[in-house]
Amino acid sequence: MSSSTPLLSVDELSVVFRRRGAEATRAVDGVSFTLEEGRVTGLVGESGCGKSVTSLALMGLLPERGVTVGGSAVLRLPDGDVDLLSLPRRRMRDLRGSQMAMIFQDPLSSLNPVVPIGRQVTEILRRHRGLGGERARREAADLLYRVGIPDPTRRLREYPHQLSGGMRQRALIAMAVACRPRLMIADEPTTALDVTIQAQILELLRDLVTEEGTALLMITHDLGVVAGLCDDINVLYAGRAVERAPRSELFSDPTHPYTIGLLGSIPRLDAPRGDPLTPVRGSVNDNIAWSDGCAFAPRCDHYAMDCLQGPPELVGAAGGGAHVHRCVNPGGAARAEPEEAAGAAGADTGPEGASDAETGADDGAEHTAAVGEDEEGRA
Amino acid sequence: MPTTPSPGLLGRKAAKADRLAELMGERTDGGHGAGIWREALSRMRRSPMAITGAAIVVVFLLIALFAPVIAPHSPVEQTWGDEVFPNRNVFVGPRAENWFGLDNLGRDQFSRMVIGAQQTLLVGVVATLVGFGVGALLGGTAGAAAVLGGRWGRQLDNAVMRFIDMMLALPTLLLAVTVAALIGPSLLTVMLAVGVAQVPIFARLLRGAMISQGGRDYVLAARALGVSERRIALTHILPNSMGPVIVQATLTLATAIIDAAALSYLGLGNPDPSFPEWGTMLADAQRFLSSAPSLAVYPALGIIVTALGFTLLGEAMREALDPKLRK
Amino acid sequence: MLRFIVRRALQLIPTLGGLSILLFVWLQRLPGGPEYALLPDDATEEQREALRRALGLDEPFTVQYLAFLRRIAQGDLGASLQTGRPVLTEFWTRFPATFELSVTAMLIAVSVGVPLGYLAARRRGSALDFAAIGGSLLGICTPVFFLAFILKVIFAETLGWLPSAFRLSPGLTRTDITGFVLLDAVMTREWDVVWDGLVHLVLPGLALASIPLAVIVRMTRASVLEVLGEDYVRTADAKGLHRRTVRTRHVMRNAMLPVVTAVGLLTGSLFAGAVLTESVFAFPGIGSFVYSSTQERDYPALTGFILLIATMYVFINLLVDISYSLLDPRVRAQ
Repeated sequence: MSSSTPLLSVDELSVVFRRRGAEATRAVDGVSFTLEEGRVTGLVGESGCGKSVTSLALMGLLPERGVTVGGSAVLRLPDGDVDLLSLPRRRMRDLRGSQMAMIFQDPLSSLNPVVPIGRQVTEILRRHRGLGGERARREAADLLYRVGIPDPTRRLREYPHQLSGGMRQRALIAMAVACRPRLMIADEPTTALDVTIQAQILELLRDLVTEEGTALLMITHDLGVVAGLCDDINVLYAGRAVERAPRSELFSDPTHPYTIGLLGSIPRLDAPRGDPLTPVRGSVNDNIAWSDGCAFAPRCDHYAMDCLQGPPELVGAAGGGAHVHRCVNPGGAARAEPEEAAGAAGADTGPEGASDAETGADDGAEHTAAVGEDEEGRA
Repeated sequence: MPTTPSPGLLGRKAAKADRLAELMGERTDGGHGAGIWREALSRMRRSPMAITGAAIVVVFLLIALFAPVIAPHSPVEQTWGDEVFPNRNVFVGPRAENWFGLDNLGRDQFSRMVIGAQQTLLVGVVATLVGFGVGALLGGTAGAAAVLGGRWGRQLDNAVMRFIDMMLALPTLLLAVTVAALIGPSLLTVMLAVGVAQVPIFARLLRGAMISQGGRDYVLAARALGVSERRIALTHILPNSMGPVIVQATLTLATAIIDAAALSYLGLGNPDPSFPEWGTMLADAQRFLSSAPSLAVYPALGIIVTALGFTLLGEAMREALDPKLRK
Repeated sequence: MLRFIVRRALQLIPTLGGLSILLFVWLQRLPGGPEYALLPDDATEEQREALRRALGLDEPFTVQYLAFLRRIAQGDLGASLQTGRPVLTEFWTRFPATFELSVTAMLIAVSVGVPLGYLAARRRGSALDFAAIGGSLLGICTPVFFLAFILKVIFAETLGWLPSAFRLSPGLTRTDITGFVLLDAVMTREWDVVWDGLVHLVLPGLALASIPLAVIVRMTRASVLEVLGEDYVRTADAKGLHRRTVRTRHVMRNAMLPVVTAVGLLTGSLFAGAVLTESVFAFPGIGSFVYSSTQERDYPALTGFILLIATMYVFINLLVDISYSLLDPRVRAQ
């Protein structure tokens, strides 16, 4: 499926924030991935791992000052390829909303409270499709109807606070799809919603992808969302991808200790009741610089001296194919799962695939609970 | 990279733990976990605005508190009257004996400024205390009533707020003017008038802060634990709502000094010449603005700089305490 | 919308009622009282008693209050001690000048303050931002009467660019229709009067504008900074809207909301400022009359003016609230 040229190829994307009087922080530290039409790609990780910053960088929505963006992100357009990261701001404005669109986390705060919904939909039609007046209003009503908002002509006159949470997110999606963008980025689109509404929104997104052939980049910390929606998954940690695999492979055969930890943090219905959860200890703040070694080492139960000797590379996992991870000591993790075994710390190798016993019992579709460890939700 | 051969398993484990601690140590600098006020203070120490404001305020306070010691001459006696009176158009400028020169009645301008600082501080502090005291009482009552809720609470809140609306509508300057017209100008009139004018701000601020605190989860948690409503209001909500009020008190000191000057200008200030006050001095000096501008410049600068000091300090405090700016 | 206006207008009733009680108590009961204000300081106790009876001050509280309300309703606020004319007449003859001055000051404050505050926020940390903040802090900390004086000395007395006093140049004749100098002059096409009237508004207008201008600059700046960080602005940018659209429809529309409220509250301080400014520029408005009333202890005039100004403030803020609700649909829904 991944044989055609990708719609978007992100290569070594990095984002550095510089604040006066403070140390520069590398929010994104060399992330690479590709998006393909009609496929959903997941970007998974804890708050602060750089997933939201990645999406804002691709959209050109990061503040101008104090931010340095590196790498490239080449988008395939009908009239040739463009690098989103080096495009002039004016040109980016033309692309945003028409070729690429974004859906945000909190639908209430993402809608202008003092402008009617209709106006917020029609303004994008006017901007990119030149529609005005009655035609724009009809098209807007049609869009709202398509994303599942009943009685759309009435809703057009209403204000965001008059809509329910699910309706607001649908309205935002309507704006995002208004110009049939080739690329859509959804940043935690269901986090602020009720569970039942979450499922409806995910289904809507899935349908839009299949019908329109849009490439969707799904950013989430919720492995349930990933399991239900994504075709390919990138797991991010401290600004770098630590594991990438097609969905079924990631859930059946996770190889990076962090991914294993994430999956182990989810309570499971099919596990015996007394079984303890296996949380990832510590927090994202307990890390070391990637240049010094594996940033996850401080939280890893199986780090070895090798993990602390310079940056680990992204290498093919045991399963081969599209499955890659950034770990120099994956065996240690696999063998020691689920509990820390002091004696195993020095071991260099272990039988691959041993983790099947723990996590590979299903295709992953039943992981529905959200991963915890949310800190402040910053963009 | 330490590649020391390790004697055994335990040794290797310790070595890699050391290495990890070393790498992490490079990143974890800067303590966290201090209280809001402590954190605010440390942020203010780095703010040029706060330092300037604090410096002005400290100098002003020192001058005001030690005024009798600092003032070299009497602020009242027309010691050099015979130098000034014969020719009304000659003003004596700064000289060794009188640093700021003489005023129109032959008094030492420097001594008058120093004693005036004391008066100005007195007016500012008393007026602020009046505004703060009455405002906090009204706002605290309304806020507590609103947070505790119930029909009765809402009504009390509503009644107090209507009263505050009324106070806002009344032109306090005119009220002060009327009081003074009735009972004659006095320092007390000025202090009360300026203080009363500040009541609505304090009341609204405290009420607003309490209501927003009342909606926080920790209040819900305290309630769930069975803490009495009175205790929640007094020990949880009230202390957590004081930040903006204290900031406002600092800012009000500046407003009070300026407003007091305005009332003095209208002839409502302290008529007793033995207590010179910057506002009165400025109002008096304006008559000579074209012939002896320095007479007005000293008290004007005194008022502006002092007010600026308190304003800068207050603004810096507000910024340091603002959770939105704290990131 | 109509329901909101009606409900908000109904809220005026307790406020105005309370105000009238407060003023009544103020008038009759505060230390001193009219029997002291109206009589010379050396009047005998018998004279005071006689005056109390003559004014009905020996009647029960409620009777007095109702009589007071009745008088107010008839527009009878007593007579000014200075001029002997009814207080209401004195007020309305002076109101147009103060109104034109206040409007000028507010226009200066808003038309300069909003763009300046916006630019300061956009270029946060720049020299412009620094100057805007510093300037507004200085403006807040400078006593209005002193600023008025400085302006007068520099631009009128020293440079001679602008007139130093009065509403119009002495000797200029104008046709009086409404009492509003500019309005009348425009209606009658007396362009020399329009120009003269405008020129006389500049200095007092600037002095009076200083506080509102400083407040509006800071408020706009803070508000724009907050709105710029809002998610919906990011959404608007994500939609690829033109910068102009984002700025006007999404940033300014929201950032102006607190400023609108501030304008309403500032009208209160405008009256106080008018007293100071008008007395410096001998501007024939409410303020200078209040000033002379303080010097003359014109007690009925002062209390009457307080009532009228408070009422006006309440109605101005009603208008502000209504315009606010037009701008912010969330308020209407409450």
